[in-house]
Amino acid sequence: MTAVRALAVWCPDWPVIAAGGSAELPGAVMHANRVVACSAAARLDGVRRGQRRRDAQSKCPELTVYNHDPARDARLFESVATAVEAIVPGIEIIRPGLLVVAARGAARYYQGELPLLATIARAVCDATRYDVQLGIADGIFAATQAAYAAFVVPAGEAAAFLAPLPIRVLDRPELADLLIRLGIHTLGDFAGLPRTDVLARFGPDGAYVHDLARGVEIRPPSARAAPPDLDVEMTLDPPIDRVDTATFVAKTLAEQLHERLAARGLACIRISIEACTENGEQLSRSWRHGTTSPAVSTPGFTANAIADRTRWQLDGWLSGTIRSDDGQPSSGLVFLRLVPDEVIHDDGRQLSLWGAEAGAASGPGGDLEQIDRALARVQGMLGPDAVVTAVVGAGRDVAEQIRLVSWGEPRDVLPADAWPWPGRLPAPSPATVLKSAQPATVTDIGGNPVVVTGRCVVSAAPRWLRIGQQPPVAIAGWAGPWPLDVRWWDRLTARRRARFQIATIDGAGLLMVCENGRWSVEALYD
Amino acid sequence: MTAFEHMFDTQGMLRSAASSLEALSPDLLEQLRAAGSKELLPVPQALATLFPEGGVRRGSTVTVSGSSSLVLALLAEVSRHQGWCAEVGSPLLGSAAAAEAGVDLERFVRVAEPGEQWPSAVASLLEAFDIVVIHPPPRAREADMRRLSARARERSAVLLVAGSWEGSQIGLTVIEQRWHGLGSGHGYLQAHELEVQSLGRGAAVRPRRATVWLPQAL
Repeated sequence: MTAVRALAVWCPDWPVIAAGGSAELPGAVMHANRVVACSAAARLDGVRRGQRRRDAQSKCPELTVYNHDPARDARLFESVATAVEAIVPGIEIIRPGLLVVAARGAARYYQGELPLLATIARAVCDATRYDVQLGIADGIFAATQAAYAAFVVPAGEAAAFLAPLPIRVLDRPELADLLIRLGIHTLGDFAGLPRTDVLARFGPDGAYVHDLARGVEIRPPSARAAPPDLDVEMTLDPPIDRVDTATFVAKTLAEQLHERLAARGLACIRISIEACTENGEQLSRSWRHGTTSPAVSTPGFTANAIADRTRWQLDGWLSGTIRSDDGQPSSGLVFLRLVPDEVIHDDGRQLSLWGAEAGAASGPGGDLEQIDRALARVQGMLGPDAVVTAVVGAGRDVAEQIRLVSWGEPRDVLPADAWPWPGRLPAPSPATVLKSAQPATVTDIGGNPVVVTGRCVVSAAPRWLRIGQQPPVAIAGWAGPWPLDVRWWDRLTARRRARFQIATIDGAGLLMVCENGRWSVEALYD
Repeated sequence: MTAFEHMFDTQGMLRSAASSLEALSPDLLEQLRAAGSKELLPVPQALATLFPEGGVRRGSTVTVSGSSSLVLALLAEVSRHQGWCAEVGSPLLGSAAAAEAGVDLERFVRVAEPGEQWPSAVASLLEAFDIVVIHPPPRAREADMRRLSARARERSAVLLVAGSWEGSQIGLTVIEQRWHGLGSGHGYLQAHELEVQSLGRGAAVRPRRATVWLPQAL
């Protein structure tokens, strides 16, 4: 199979640009305390991908830090995609910031590859304010590398172009590590190995990567057109014009599609998202499974990946970042279809997100798919933020320790008790945390109110507790005060609170707080 | 017979397996049956005596009044058996306390502010979850409660009402409680001693009592 002539359009450091940075100013996009992308200026100062925030900031103190938001990246990239599509139809987005397109026909139309590049560069420059780099080569992988180098590789010379590149560009960190230890440092070295040996040692994925390195094949060997019955579609009534509603549709459709593919043992590597508006406008966009994306290690899209791509695309169409004369729908979407354009045999390495879990589930119930469906219904009823799970983190106060995460969002559990929290009350924690503290009065044996002095000393032993207007109860035991001096450095938000544990003679346990001489019940140990 | 020949003697192996099953003590056998049965949701050892069947029957409605920790103890046992728990209404059970009780927070999903639509939300959750805890609003309608109880029966899930409701199959009530570990001005709340009574319909019509110590030693 000979590789198709491909043209790649690459926006350097796209996450930074999309976040509002520029190449000249040092900026970096951080995720989970690591640099995901940085601007050229930051790179000059020594900032690198994967660096920790602290290291990056010590290299470059004036570094501007942006949040990681793939949805934003995808949404803004839509304007670049639209501009390129106006010149050459049939673009494929590999990831936000990188797209490829078949170059042969268009090059003939524009009388040469260089005029084509010039036309695209001008069109993108006119339509958006973003810098792009272009490259042409045989095959998508080589074209991507060519775009990184802003280079046109003559036909048939992809292998020679790729040979001196380091093995890391394959973006298979484990494989690259191993190969480097074996003394193979460049794609040329790797390409020189016998293909059968590579297949025997590294399996189908290794052989696929080997082909990439040789520059001979651009697609996985078994790529073939999908049979038509794999499409999933949905008529939307009422029409969708909001991104949050679109999310649910995207999720359902993606799961359907993934299930259908999994039932046939297939994985999808290119997907078309097609939509139709009330006024009859047709929208369509292809996404390719990115072999260059760091997060991806499976041969095809997972259900979640399809859902994400669909959500990003709908977000791009609906949020109006594109000019209305070429692309943004004039009304709500009434029809949505997902078409798996190219599928490959699933070699079994793909971790099926729902299918595998459901099969392995044991014990009572535990059918993840059912759970997810039920929760999606509740989310549809009450909004996505209404359904939560809790994550217990670090903190001194009960309220501080708990973080509620919407169902479907990553939970990011942090190692909770890595450091001691002085002032934290020991377990057991209160089983009922009141939504708002209930005012109460605490008196000593003589009936005088108990107060806590500035040095955190109790004026007298608490004897009687009265919550709101209820009759007073005698206190059987008490402990405290445990002071909590919050934000003492800030005059406006500073709070000084003294916490007490109180047990009454009827057996109840309470967590009480005295603040500015006022008592209240915060939580119940019931 | 050599060990190698024994390997192919499947009949003999079955016989020996059956005899070793008989050799187990009868109450252990009973426990194994209960654990293997899909009909009962497991409950902590200390609470087993409160339920006539030694566990919560799937499809039933249970009320627990007077203690949130008791609810958490029940959830923890389900969670330990890889079950899924849900909670609807407020105030929500304390998450830190839930984690300490042994509830897997990843499989404990909560809906804090269901508003007017709480019956539909609970009905949806009963479709998939093993146990759903509800804090019914003060003006919950009897008809809604009956419908949810019926839905639980149909889907063989357990509806756990935190509070009281007459329609339940079995209700746990805290009659007496005491905290240990607190002095006057020193110590901290360490152990909760609860005297719990169960009362219900059918086999549970005879009241049962148990003393439960929380937090449970895991």
